Amino acid sequence: MAAYFQPRNLQDALSAMNDGRWTVLAGGTDHFPARVTHVPDESLLDVTAVPELRGISHSETGIRIGAATTWTDLVEAALPAACAGLTAAAREVGGIQIQNRGTIGGNVCNASPAADGIPALLSLDAQIELASLSGHRTLPLSDFVIGNRTTTARPDELLVALHLPATALTGQGAFVKLGARRYLVISIVMVAGTLDLADDGTIETARIAIGACSAVALRMTALEAALIGARPAEALERLDTSHFAGLSPIEDPRGDPAYRNDAALTLTRRCLARLAEAA
Amino acid sequence: MRVTVNGADHTLTCDGGRRLSRVLREDLGLTGTKIGCDAGDCGACTVLMDGRQVCACLVPAAHADGTAITTVEGLAEEDGRLSALQRAFHRHGAAQCGICTPGMLIAAHDLLTRELHPSVRQVQDALGGVLCRCTGYQKIVEAVLDVTSNAPDPALPDSGAAVGARVARLDGTDKLNGRDLYGDDQRPADALWLRIVRSPHAFAHFELGDSEAWTRATPGVAAVLTAADIPGANSFGIYPTLKDQPVLAEGFVRYRGEAVAIVAFETRIAGETTDLASFPVAWTAHDAVVGIDAGLHADAPRLHDDSPGNVLIRGRVACGDVDTALASAAHVISGDFRTGFVEHAYIEPESGWARRAGDRVELRVSTQTPYMDRDEVAHVLGLDQERVRVIPSAVGGGFGGKLDQSVQLPLAVAAWVLNRPVAMLYTRPESMAATTKRHPSRISAKLGIDAEGVLQALSFHGDFDTGAYASWGPTVAGRVPVHAPGPYRLPHVTATSAAVYTNGPPSGAFRGFGVPQAAIATEMLMDQAADRVGLDRLEFRLRNALRAGDRTATGQVIEASVGLAACLEQLKPHWQRYLDEAATANRTSGPLRTGVGIGCMWYGCGNTALANPSIMRLGLRADGRLTLYNGAVDIGQGTYTIMAQIAADALGAPLDRVTQVFGDTDRTADAGKTSASRQTFVSGKASELAGTDLRTQVLRHTNAGEDAELVFEDGGVFVIEAGRRRAIDLSALPANEEGDVMTGEGTFDPPTQPLDADGQGVPYATYAFAAQIALVRVDTELGTVTVEKMVAAHDVGRAVNPTLVEGQIHGGIAQGLGLALMEEYLPGRTENLHDYLIPTFGDMPQIECLLIEDPEPLGPYGAKGIGEPALVPTAPAILGAIRHATGVVCRQVPVLPHRLRAWIKAGDAEAAE
Repeated sequence: MAAYFQPRNLQDALSAMNDGRWTVLAGGTDHFPARVTHVPDESLLDVTAVPELRGISHSETGIRIGAATTWTDLVEAALPAACAGLTAAAREVGGIQIQNRGTIGGNVCNASPAADGIPALLSLDAQIELASLSGHRTLPLSDFVIGNRTTTARPDELLVALHLPATALTGQGAFVKLGARRYLVISIVMVAGTLDLADDGTIETARIAIGACSAVALRMTALEAALIGARPAEALERLDTSHFAGLSPIEDPRGDPAYRNDAALTLTRRCLARLAEAA
Repeated sequence: MRVTVNGADHTLTCDGGRRLSRVLREDLGLTGTKIGCDAGDCGACTVLMDGRQVCACLVPAAHADGTAITTVEGLAEEDGRLSALQRAFHRHGAAQCGICTPGMLIAAHDLLTRELHPSVRQVQDALGGVLCRCTGYQKIVEAVLDVTSNAPDPALPDSGAAVGARVARLDGTDKLNGRDLYGDDQRPADALWLRIVRSPHAFAHFELGDSEAWTRATPGVAAVLTAADIPGANSFGIYPTLKDQPVLAEGFVRYRGEAVAIVAFETRIAGETTDLASFPVAWTAHDAVVGIDAGLHADAPRLHDDSPGNVLIRGRVACGDVDTALASAAHVISGDFRTGFVEHAYIEPESGWARRAGDRVELRVSTQTPYMDRDEVAHVLGLDQERVRVIPSAVGGGFGGKLDQSVQLPLAVAAWVLNRPVAMLYTRPESMAATTKRHPSRISAKLGIDAEGVLQALSFHGDFDTGAYASWGPTVAGRVPVHAPGPYRLPHVTATSAAVYTNGPPSGAFRGFGVPQAAIATEMLMDQAADRVGLDRLEFRLRNALRAGDRTATGQVIEASVGLAACLEQLKPHWQRYLDEAATANRTSGPLRTGVGIGCMWYGCGNTALANPSIMRLGLRADGRLTLYNGAVDIGQGTYTIMAQIAADALGAPLDRVTQVFGDTDRTADAGKTSASRQTFVSGKASELAGTDLRTQVLRHTNAGEDAELVFEDGGVFVIEAGRRRAIDLSALPANEEGDVMTGEGTFDPPTQPLDADGQGVPYATYAFAAQIALVRVDTELGTVTVEKMVAAHDVGRAVNPTLVEGQIHGGIAQGLGLALMEEYLPGRTENLHDYLIPTFGDMPQIECLLIEDPEPLGPYGAKGIGEPALVPTAPAILGAIRHATGVVCRQVPVLPHRLRAWIKAGDAEAAE
């Protein structure tokens, strides 16, 4: 018989995770759509009342975002310009109804190739904080989401928070999403980026991530390296198709690989142009 | 859990993981919150939770604990009057079918509490999570922007002035306060909950396993019904001689989603928590016949014994000598075009309930065609038609999709066999997989023009994928050749069609019956032809436009109400303005290119060369009360309102005196189907005749002359003649079973003549005409298209209710835009409303409507249809604008970004060579 458990503290939540019989539920925006044709008999662990999973806090080391933070929480939070892409992504998730309910942690754990939050988080060097009865561990997002709907979380581990390190929060961020309609649309391609300028106005650090063009959203490291030292206005000239070699888009009703590669290039240009303008 | 709903505190016990939408509807009886998808894709269940809009289908009950919820039922003023927001919706006609209206209102309420004077963009952003399939969103935006004006409710028109007035929907209030009862809103508490076991394969043999063992092992199962349990014929279909679809398949399925068994559960919860994949069926799947090419392939398996080559039926219209005319034409333009399956995507899934009442069965279902439902149920139960009663629920969108059987037959069979009330609601994936679609098409056409730009000849052939069963395939095959020439003079025409069986979902009726697909092909050729002869695209169409007295390709001479030229003349200044705007915009270089396009259409109102009668009755009680017995189902387009407008004027009574008995097969006469843009024209005429008939009876009763004025007031009826007012005493007259002492009856069957083997005859008594223009911006680097604005000119004969006519145009354009740019149903892949995309708030252009009234002598007060005509020219106008912007001729819709980008690149490559 199904049980519903809403622990009020992390210890209880982690004890339940240790049982292994629970399905974790947060905002429900991915949970319920997967249960349309029938609602299975399952035990739900509702993690939204755990204090450690709530809220956005700032410190010298960066920003901590509780895993159950909603998109609306992000939109309404006072965040540095580097997070502009994350905020823009939050505004593009579903409709307001989804933004009011869906959580950043759920988006990451659901690990969809088209997850709207992941490219922006990658462009902010996001770290993932996992907890279990045996302790906490922190790992880069890129080591956490490793495949289509696949993460490296152990069954007893709960995603507690995301950390944006201070080193990634000094520049300017942006996010560009392409879909086949205006609202409520699954991304065909998205690009998130942050740029940090040196004192001489040249690019010191660039972090560019592309989503929906591979099983997991990817950082464009070759492109990032090529951009270093360029003036923002010249950044576009550094772009080369070889920088996108790591992408491996699939064919689905929203687009084919050739188009996604092509659009990734165009969107990256536009993302860089937007960053250059803001920087 | 404790929750405050609309200010009232409730303490409930329920599973913490249960959807809040179910708690509200099932546990608290607040059915104003609608179920459209259960996946957060449509927003119909939007409620406020602690002041923020959420989809109630995505909220576990536990999260509502301790919160304050506001549903649509909580929006009205404390005295029950509609709120300013609801009244703005009412006067703007922002609710059509009304199924999305609760969600729209709540989202708007959320916005207005934060921002009382929002911008258009803020309205779109705030309401963007709610889908509407009827309105095209424009009137919703206008309503939200107009809330603070607090304008008074529009006054009802004076006696005799209802036709032509912007009467707010007479059934509108209940759609705005959540009280209107749709298919899933009214089942008896003791109803069994039905679900259907469906095929996961498109083409398979199967054997049912041990369903008794499964029943014993599965909690809550009351009964399993299979083909063997069907009391009458296990077959249904639109045409009496073509009932080729089984209610429940027998050993063999022809499409993914085909029904093989009915499971009746003791409770809805039991039904919704059971995984039907566990039902014992042994499948042997075969390679499916997918698409027209496969269906027509010489080696294709024959899917129906009676249809060699998998051709269900062919259609043909021929006049003149096409070969000679094409050979001698100065220019010949040809092209091939393809369209895919399109889903109706009404926000209300198929739903309803049924019960056995002695030796009769009663259904309350969401339907466009209660009389056809009655006859099909009788056929399947082996009963006389009189023993079946069908009462339509409020219908949350139809668009042709609810012209077929869906829940009706399983409900009737189960209610009859089990002798228990039964209810069901299709899930969204089930609705999409199991029910009909727009026919995919493969069209080849050739147009011949002389040197002066006068059309000479059209050669046209269209193959249509009719899917696994006939449904409305013959209607499409018959209607397309008649309409293929478009609204133009064409002396030489050969237009043929074929409906092809495949293992796709059955293609049925969908707003336009194949004409939108045909118009895409021929209007694209018209654009190319205009360019070839060096004429402006609008001028070229005007030069060739049908005019009164012209002969069509079926040999019919259209004597009156041919308003295309008037549409084009009125569009001219807008067209020039658009062209100038595009030219200016395109002076700037960059990836954005602007284009302007035009599409024209004609559309025959009513069945194609078949009898198509409607009967309406208007009853008068001794105390002067009037009742319209209206069987013309309102699926959001407004027949509830306009039939009353027409009948009231014909009688000479004020509209507020008319109450209605609506769409009950026991109490209303057969008004025919809500299809083929026929209700305003056909049932409207029957309403007019019913009104005049009653007027004649009343006048005769009192020996008054034809010019006498009738006055209907509380307390009686009066006649005013030569300045004298007399009471009419009706008390001595016997009342019929409805309590009426007089009944006016009107019957109208539009005059048509059968078509011969060459399609010669009179297929329709009247035609609607229209032209629409669009201005689009194409992002050539991404292949995305934004339709910025449109002007739609429609000859409607007479706009009985201009607000409702505009609503039809806006909604038709939304669906035409979807057809052009984003909608493509792929079985097994886009069976939900996030993979299958319909336009949202942000995808619609600003639309201006030009209503042309070239009266149709046969129609009520000159009126003819608008439902389908609204959609037909839209895709051609958009595709023409894309071509104007980019040079690309779009030969396949939808023009998804990846397709357009590929065509643009191919065009660039061609240009570079």
